[in-house]
Amino acid sequence: MKIHEHQALTLLDEAGVPNAGGQVAFTPEEAAAAARALGGDRFVVKAQIHAGGRGKAGGVRLAEGEAGVREAAQALLGATLVTPQTGPNGKVVHRLLVAPALSIAREYYLSLLLDSENACLVFMASTEGGTEIEEVAKQTPEKILRQAVDPIIGLRDFQISNLAAGLDLKGEARKDFFAVVRGLYRLFLEKDCSLIELNPLVLTDEGRLLALDVKINFDDNALMRHKELAALRDELEEDPREVEAAKSKLSYIPLDGTIGCMVNGAGLAMATMDIIKAFGGEPANFLDVGGGASAEKVAAAFSILLADQKVRGILVNIFGGIMRCDVLAEGILEAAKAVSLEVPLVVRMKGTNAEKGAEILRTSGLPIHYEPDLGRAVHTIVSLTKEGA
Amino acid sequence: MSIFASRDTRVIVQGITGGQGMFHTERMLEYGTAIVGGVTPGKGGQSVLGLPVFDTVEQAVAATGANASVIYVPPAYAADSIMEAALAGLSLTVCITEGIPILDMMKVHHFLKGRSTRLIGPNCPGIITPGETNLGILPGNICKKGRVGVVSRSGTLTYEAVDQLTALGIGQSTAVGIGGDPIRGTGFLDVLEAFERDEETLAVLMIGEIGGSGEEQAALYARDCMTKPVAAFIAGRTAPPGRRMGHAGAIISGGKGGANDKIAAIRACGIPVADTPDLLGQTLLEAARRAGIDEALLH
Repeated sequence: MKIHEHQALTLLDEAGVPNAGGQVAFTPEEAAAAARALGGDRFVVKAQIHAGGRGKAGGVRLAEGEAGVREAAQALLGATLVTPQTGPNGKVVHRLLVAPALSIAREYYLSLLLDSENACLVFMASTEGGTEIEEVAKQTPEKILRQAVDPIIGLRDFQISNLAAGLDLKGEARKDFFAVVRGLYRLFLEKDCSLIELNPLVLTDEGRLLALDVKINFDDNALMRHKELAALRDELEEDPREVEAAKSKLSYIPLDGTIGCMVNGAGLAMATMDIIKAFGGEPANFLDVGGGASAEKVAAAFSILLADQKVRGILVNIFGGIMRCDVLAEGILEAAKAVSLEVPLVVRMKGTNAEKGAEILRTSGLPIHYEPDLGRAVHTIVSLTKEGA
Repeated sequence: MSIFASRDTRVIVQGITGGQGMFHTERMLEYGTAIVGGVTPGKGGQSVLGLPVFDTVEQAVAATGANASVIYVPPAYAADSIMEAALAGLSLTVCITEGIPILDMMKVHHFLKGRSTRLIGPNCPGIITPGETNLGILPGNICKKGRVGVVSRSGTLTYEAVDQLTALGIGQSTAVGIGGDPIRGTGFLDVLEAFERDEETLAVLMIGEIGGSGEEQAALYARDCMTKPVAAFIAGRTAPPGRRMGHAGAIISGGKGGANDKIAAIRACGIPVADTPDLLGQTLLEAARRAGIDEALLH
């Protein structure tokens, strides 16, 4: 799960991590009021969307005084930002962060993330803050410092000291850095994060270290034990179809193609997308109904697939292990009747009770193409959707 | 012979009184798995499907002589169950549970270091040695006893692989689903090492997906240390970067773990990779033919 920058800043506050602060605003009036409350003359007005690369896309503006903040807010609220991380359609700005503008001497990068290969958390730091860290990793990998934390022993002071030395931090800034690193580590463990990234972490002209921009992601598997985080979810930032799918416990990701697919199991679902593409079609989505999907889940999956206007045909690919193919076939019939199916439907079923399921589809009187062979099933749906073009 | 599990494996089911646990215990018993009991904390003394239920793994081991377990415990408690299995001295524990928090698995990973318990999973379909034993949720009816080892990160793609082999008349020695989570117990490399040592296994079919680098490491091992032919498939060529494709581990991040790079790295080790998922069995058969062992696989 992702959250907004202003929410992440609040979590940093709670963890004792010094940061640039600011206030959230949903209207130009609230933005102006935020500026008034913060005091000072120079502000940054930052679009709050769940994607990076906002600066280059014009989503971060410098503003002078209350009037300037109001003006910037008017321009940003309701605007669509397209960044490398939003996809081509971009994201609409619904809220802003108003923060005091700082005079910045240096920018650093600092993150805490999971190293799955070594099963531990690792701090990554760099003097090349404010830029895309992937680029730094590619061009100048020696400029990225790492400290892996032993999960049993925990974070040790010498590790923070090593990072501080690598970043050449001295005096007050070094002290601040200790607070930042300890705070991030505590926050990560307490809230079951999957990523905390400060980019940039800045050294001000006054010699203090502050988190200026922060990104926090949480481990979806651990949300069950963090009810307090549910309130931070912003469904406006998520694709409505994905939100709908998640309610039915379906894993769904929309893509740009024309062939809707419904598959059980994530690996098989990816492989089905791959073979559609290899045979000249374009998958419209990734959709995993799970290992033991019920008739209701299948029906929910159908309505999600058909809500996509680009879908010109549907391929169902189910390998029944726990899931019985006759139950699946009944679910397909129910769904096909309920949603008045107007596009070609190819069903490939294998495994438990496949013959029984096939018989149910064959005798249904509905125009369903049943094909137990994966290759032939994909050829069929690809040619059917091409004819319809 | 086989790897990790055979007819001599004595199995307890952790979470046997739950819906999933009971359902799959019945299926495993039907297959012939030597299940000797179950564990659900607080329900010791009960009986499920004619099997004794214990409060702790330790009690179950003392009473039944079990040496392995299958875990169907909800995600919030699953890490605990794995550690309990390890401390009770089981040599194998198979965790089917999906959705265990990553920080829990981090602890589990380090808890298992230096202990002799092999963990398969979590978030996996389990392991089957056809004709002998089935620990997990793999459908036994599509398997056939034979000489090809199968290892996969994905559940239903494992079924697909096994089914295609069986349809070609090729049996399997053992099929292992290692699971789709970023932190797991047994990895591709461990399984390949075991298949290389196993006399029954003559060839290996490896099914991977995007994310991580386990497949590439396994391919290097196959090139440098294996005498048996290996064929592979990698799912996720069309997956968009930065999106988690169902499995927590299936994500292309920071330009790493993409399918095309993985496939190129595996092919560079001399391992044929199926272009599409309908050719899993075919690709293995061709690799066996080149090694001159295809006849042996069909018997």
